[in-house]
Amino acid sequence: MSATEARAFGIDIGSTTTKAVAVDDGGDVIGRFLEPTSPFVEDQTGRALAVLRADCGGADSPVGATGYGRKRVPAATRVVTEITCHARGAFHLAERPGVLVDFGGQDTKVIVIGDRGEVVDFRMNDKCAAGTGRFLEVILGRLQVGLDDAPALVEQASHAATVSSTCTVFAESEVISLVAQGEAVADIVLGLHRSLASRVAALAGRLTDHREVLMSGGVALNRAMADALAGALERPITVLPEPQLVGALGAALAVLPVQGRP
Amino acid sequence: MITRRLQYELAGQVTGPILMALENYRLQRRRRKHAPKDHPFGPPIACSRKMKDLMSIYYYQGRWADGAVPVAWISSGFPVELMRPFGFYAVYPENHGALCAARHMMPDLAAVAEEAGYSQDLCAYARTDIGSVLSGKTPLGRMPRPDLVAACSNICQTVLYWFRTIADHFGVPFFILDTPYVYGDFKDHHLDFVADQLEELAVVARDVSGRHVSDEELDRVNRTAKEGARLWGECLDVSRHRPAPWTAFDQFFHMAPVVTLRGTEDCNAYYRELLDELNDRVARGIGGIKEERHRLLWDNIAIWPKLRELSWLFASNGFNFVTATYTNSWRESVPLWDLDDRVGSSAKMLSNTLLNRDLRNRFRLMRELISDFGADGVVLHSDRSCKPYSVGQYDLKEAFTRELGVKVAVIEADHADPRQYAAEQVENRLQAFMESFQ
Repeated sequence: MSATEARAFGIDIGSTTTKAVAVDDGGDVIGRFLEPTSPFVEDQTGRALAVLRADCGGADSPVGATGYGRKRVPAATRVVTEITCHARGAFHLAERPGVLVDFGGQDTKVIVIGDRGEVVDFRMNDKCAAGTGRFLEVILGRLQVGLDDAPALVEQASHAATVSSTCTVFAESEVISLVAQGEAVADIVLGLHRSLASRVAALAGRLTDHREVLMSGGVALNRAMADALAGALERPITVLPEPQLVGALGAALAVLPVQGRP
Repeated sequence: MITRRLQYELAGQVTGPILMALENYRLQRRRRKHAPKDHPFGPPIACSRKMKDLMSIYYYQGRWADGAVPVAWISSGFPVELMRPFGFYAVYPENHGALCAARHMMPDLAAVAEEAGYSQDLCAYARTDIGSVLSGKTPLGRMPRPDLVAACSNICQTVLYWFRTIADHFGVPFFILDTPYVYGDFKDHHLDFVADQLEELAVVARDVSGRHVSDEELDRVNRTAKEGARLWGECLDVSRHRPAPWTAFDQFFHMAPVVTLRGTEDCNAYYRELLDELNDRVARGIGGIKEERHRLLWDNIAIWPKLRELSWLFASNGFNFVTATYTNSWRESVPLWDLDDRVGSSAKMLSNTLLNRDLRNRFRLMRELISDFGADGVVLHSDRSCKPYSVGQYDLKEAFTRELGVKVAVIEADHADPRQYAAEQVENRLQAFMESFQ
């Protein structure tokens, strides 16, 4: 059992992973839950809450839900989109405005965060998962490289192989032909990271001008991807702590009672 | 010919109205049985039934139009008021495409066109209509065969190829009215070029219809048409009040007469009645939605297959579309409409459509709408089917955000093809947009 009792819970049901957190009075994370998203969202979120409540208490504390499965959380006190939640979570962690690149499993969002943690503007990929974590997962899978092994492999690369296709399916065949041409796997993996980063940089467009770039989402755990994105945007990037949980944290903050207000 | 004409007149004057009365009686009984569920909208606009009757009888009568009166299939930007005096029954393939989309018939009809080799990248209206022509299937029961097909390039270039395909299919003459694109101000030689074509149109209309029409008759219909467009504009302007008595989603339906029946007394009588009702709603503080917290501008053609879902989404969050560039299109040229210069002012009006002028003009117009209607946000529908309407929207977004400080969302969809609509992504984006107002 946690030393402090949970004052709010946040659940982020993403296309790939379900994340849930418990937060204390100050909005700091005191409990966490992560699992691959199950098709049975109601059961999974019920279980996530049970686990967090067993660990952190807060039987009556409110629940914020976000992510693509947000409408299927029976316990939710409030339902908020992940764009707003990521902005709130990132602002809470960074304590300053900026532009957040949330690199998720099947969508990538670029969110401009204002002085109060509000969403000023945002862009996201539409109808195509080419600029997302799924792209990397599929192609690395084809090369039989684990997601966790990618950063070490990138360090061994002598140059970046050119991967020009913007479609995940076509990129898969392009990568196979690169292998057939004798390109080293490490060089292809670096090329993939750069290709993905350039797509996200194009999505961000001029939104990153004159703003600090923050990064969240599961893909941010991949150090090589953060480096590639910094290269594509030609500026340093701050990867937020526990980047996968930023959306869930924002959902919890959306329902966290403010002191003096119920 | 006489029998056919009799059938046509009976459909318009007797059987059509009787069928509509029966349908209304059936609907009333059904409504009594099924009490309305809780919804976020204001009371329904009473005139709507009359508009549906007007349009349904018009479409119903169309089943017997060919052989009875001359029939022209024309594009939405074509000057129907210059055809009407010749007795033409006008069919609008674009309206037909919208109707098919709203009735969820589009994918099946488009599949017929796609199987015949028309690309999925073509405008969904074009694919729907071509599919309908090839298969003979239509929600109208039957479309009258054209004697003339006519398109104006003032809305897009696709109409030229799409309508030519229809003309070739039926083996009838095809008239192109070419309006050069306007960069900056109008150019005299462009307007002369359009005016020359309008003179030629009068000759073609006379030859196809076999009817000689006096200048007085042409002027009379032209006057009626201008009055219709003016009344439509007045109806739109009522939404400057808070709360706006109707929504742009309502307007998408109520615009049918000004597009199709422009130049008829029926059209004008309808808009007079609608205007009275809207003014009455303003006087009684009745809004288009129950709780209008924010006011928005809609840009581009309606997303017909998802109109209901989208109107619920916005209304239930307190957002009302109080104005739209699309519905505004049928009133924007009224100030240019000079009744003493029918041909010259028509040339200018036809060239003045939103999609025939540059982005600077569009920005100016939208800025005026935002200011006049007190909109605090804009939704730009990036329409996969309508490239001329969608090009430049990201520049508009930047300009509105930077210069006017209004919030702007872009959604990617299609005016008719539901296969190009990713419901979850669109709704997610719009929810986030609405949350940003909190």
